[in-house]
Amino acid sequence: MTMTQLQSASPSVSAATKAPGYWRSVGQRLMRDRVGIASALVLLAIVVSALAAPLIAPHDPNSGSVMTRLSPIGTPGHLLGTDATGRDILSRLIWGGRLSLLSGITPVVLATLIGGTLGIIAGMSGRLVNGIIMRITDIFFAFPSILLAVAISGVLGNGLGNTLVSLTVVFVPQVLRVAESATVQIARQDYVDAARATTASRLLIMTSQVLPNVLSPILIFATSLIAVSLVVAAGLNFIGLGVAPPAAEWGSMLNELRDAIYINPTLSILPGVMIVATSVCFNLLSDSLGSAMNIRETDK
Amino acid sequence: MTQHIRTESLGLPDVGGPAQPLLIVRDLKKHFPVRSGLMGKAEKVHAVDGVSFRIGKGETLGIVGESGCGKSTTTRLLLDLTRRDAGEIIFDGRGLGGGRDGISLKELRRGMQMVFQDSSTSLNPRARILDIVMFPLRAAGVDRTKARDRASMLLDRVGLHPHAFGHRFAHELSGGQRQRVNIARALATAPRLVILDEAVSALDKSVEADVLNLLADLKAEEGLTYLFISHDLGVVREVSDRVMVMYLGQIAEIGPAETIYDRPGHPYTRALLAAVPSLDPAKQIAEPPLKGDPPNPINPEPGCRFRARCPYAEGVCKAVDPAPVPVGEVEISCHMCNRASGHSQAADWLDALTKETADA
Amino acid sequence: MIRYALIRILSAIPILLGVSVVSFGLLFLQPGNPVEALLPLEASPQIAEMMKQQLGFDQPVWRQYLAWLQRTVQGDLGVSLYDGLPVAGQLGGALFNTMVLAVPAAVLAFVLGGALGLIAGYHRNTWIDRSASALAIVGVSLPQYWVAIVLVVLFSVTVNWLPASGMASPDGIPRSFSDLANMVMPVLALMLVPMGVVARVVRASVQDILSQAFIAGLQAKGLARGRILRHVIRNAMSSALSVMGLQFGFLIGGSILIEVVFNWPGSGQLLNLAIFRRDIPVLQGTVVVVAGLFVLTNLAIDLAQAAIDPRMRR
Repeated sequence: MTMTQLQSASPSVSAATKAPGYWRSVGQRLMRDRVGIASALVLLAIVVSALAAPLIAPHDPNSGSVMTRLSPIGTPGHLLGTDATGRDILSRLIWGGRLSLLSGITPVVLATLIGGTLGIIAGMSGRLVNGIIMRITDIFFAFPSILLAVAISGVLGNGLGNTLVSLTVVFVPQVLRVAESATVQIARQDYVDAARATTASRLLIMTSQVLPNVLSPILIFATSLIAVSLVVAAGLNFIGLGVAPPAAEWGSMLNELRDAIYINPTLSILPGVMIVATSVCFNLLSDSLGSAMNIRETDK
Repeated sequence: MTQHIRTESLGLPDVGGPAQPLLIVRDLKKHFPVRSGLMGKAEKVHAVDGVSFRIGKGETLGIVGESGCGKSTTTRLLLDLTRRDAGEIIFDGRGLGGGRDGISLKELRRGMQMVFQDSSTSLNPRARILDIVMFPLRAAGVDRTKARDRASMLLDRVGLHPHAFGHRFAHELSGGQRQRVNIARALATAPRLVILDEAVSALDKSVEADVLNLLADLKAEEGLTYLFISHDLGVVREVSDRVMVMYLGQIAEIGPAETIYDRPGHPYTRALLAAVPSLDPAKQIAEPPLKGDPPNPINPEPGCRFRARCPYAEGVCKAVDPAPVPVGEVEISCHMCNRASGHSQAADWLDALTKETADA
Repeated sequence: MIRYALIRILSAIPILLGVSVVSFGLLFLQPGNPVEALLPLEASPQIAEMMKQQLGFDQPVWRQYLAWLQRTVQGDLGVSLYDGLPVAGQLGGALFNTMVLAVPAAVLAFVLGGALGLIAGYHRNTWIDRSASALAIVGVSLPQYWVAIVLVVLFSVTVNWLPASGMASPDGIPRSFSDLANMVMPVLALMLVPMGVVARVVRASVQDILSQAFIAGLQAKGLARGRILRHVIRNAMSSALSVMGLQFGFLIGGSILIEVVFNWPGSGQLLNLAIFRRDIPVLQGTVVVVAGLFVLTNLAIDLAQAAIDPRMRR
């Protein structure tokens, strides 16, 4: 093609710069989101300190002396005070982060894998298979989530594993619904039809056309679900249905410190602050992810 | 022109020869079930109800009709994007699903492709342009490097420089550019028949002209055959050799474009063409030529579909479904074009029609 | 309308059946033999065998389920393992106590959340909108049990205005100011999340309606602001109602956490005790009744919505 032909055919040919791939542009947009970065940093701090607990916790979280019980905030040596049996609260908060984060994040990861796959399959299947999967999901939606989580946990018994199982069961239907609805909407688009008009197999169409477009609503939902999962997991521990004492976990700490409510009320709300802070960060991150993944946003 | 789009490995060779129509469609039917609530009767929308036509090699067949006449559904049936309920599809003399001498769906999809209407959803929003054009090739088993080279060549051929556009996303392109990508994608596997479903309907007039020119060039240089669907009567007249007028899932009239536009034989075609407003003050329309609403395509009653809106409808129109009748080079499905039908106006109508033809 | 109602009611039945299956199945999730769970620890093998037959555990599972279902539908939820009293009676009383908290919380959440959402929606992007929205978001994110504790710290410990726990009135219905005082904090803690959710939904709905072109047409015609407001409220109410249905379910189903903090003898506490006493009949009964209530509440709300807004009837 001659140069004149080229220019008359495509009047807005710009310089031959290579535009970044989709995921890299998502990353770029995230970098510019100050709220997103702030919450990510806070989360990072919480996660790192939980992982580095043996290194940075000032005291052994499980040992305490009755002599120093319920010391207030700012006591020398116990920055955030001590609980009813004299254990250092700061250390327990740092160590507690491990179990709390684990109980919050793991069920959502599992539920996303299971529910996401099932939802995409349901979305791309014919009426019969879709109907069966969605009706069964509806049955689980008939239970309020906390009730279901408590009932399953209650029956299975204590222990971290059981808590993870019950929370996963509660969250799979939610992710499934989001995945199915997104898949159905995407499967209707012309570009999926265009792909079907080629010799591509169903699997190839699912992985190359549907999956990348379905991934973002699922990821955004999953991130916000972690915020919920943290609260519910801590709640289960709060009523004694999770890890057994003396394990440090924010929810069970909240329960333990209720004894302190009349002696040193500020102590009793500290573990809740951690739960709220982490949960809010995940919610904000989910919002940021939502904006960053919206490819229609013009780069400013 | 550097290289032909068709190469040895891609595309289907010409088997039937120049006289063999590239596509023969016989009695295509598609009825969509409609559930009016759990307790309602299961009813069916007769979207495509006995459509038969043929397309010769190298020609452009235009399809026109109002919304809901079944033109888009017909194209989807051809590519099996929607499973047909009945009917035969014969490509270059080989029937779809017809045993040893027949053609498989896979092969058919290599010989026939579609350019979609430019919408926000005709291109995968998360894929780069080059990958979009490469996809049909990769799906057909072409290796990565060859696919990339061919895709680049195709982008270049439609006027999008691959280095400038290959890495872009769909939302960064204008409407005309997106349509060029749609065209490049359709040509990836070197098809011989290209279906253009409202391919230029969403474009501005100036851009539309560019794209139509590109399509004309491609057709001439690659020996393509086109099926051009549009609701824009003017554009269809420009590009088509033959035209098919559809109404409620059936063909009203099919024949050479000039003949149909100048001397329409079916009352519906007349009304359709008369409805195009003219700037000529002498040709002002007093009242809309088409009365009434289009009847319900759900469970249509026997007889001619058009009778509810036809100014010439009579008893025979209610009783008997009109079969296509040849009038010169045009086939018309109307009782007035069949002297033996029993329609009181048949003789007059045909005389007037043939007189116009003689005068022309 | 009638047809929609019939269809909706009919489609709720398989869901209720499914709920019953899951509730019944909880029994089998336990580690160990379900019979062991129902027996005192020292029972001999012969007694265990006898109990097994008596309770019907030697029957195939589906037959056990049907027997249980039949009893349940007739109102017989079995007998508590802990104190031998019929489950249905206990549950009825406990559920009522929970309603004493849940209903006011729901009403407050709906009204306050609606008001918040309306104000925010009308004053879009002003500081009013932003603070109202912030309030709503905060309400949604906070764990209810933590809020309960904070409230106790604030209003019982720091200033001794409200009692920290207990349900004062013996049958739940408050008969005096002091009875009400016991209710204030639990209701407050319960209503925060639903209020936030309702506020967000109403705000979005109001903004959506106000931005529609035909509103500008109505205003141009000089239609009084009051008339427009009524129209806006009517539409926003529809979306708020559907959300409220879900939230009411969470209020009843999730009350366990609040009731533990305030030592309130509601269905949540009953569930809690049942878990720790391994009182399976009470557990099953509570779960199936509360879930069933949830389904019926949502059904009622769907029907109410369809009655108000014909577009909802698909």
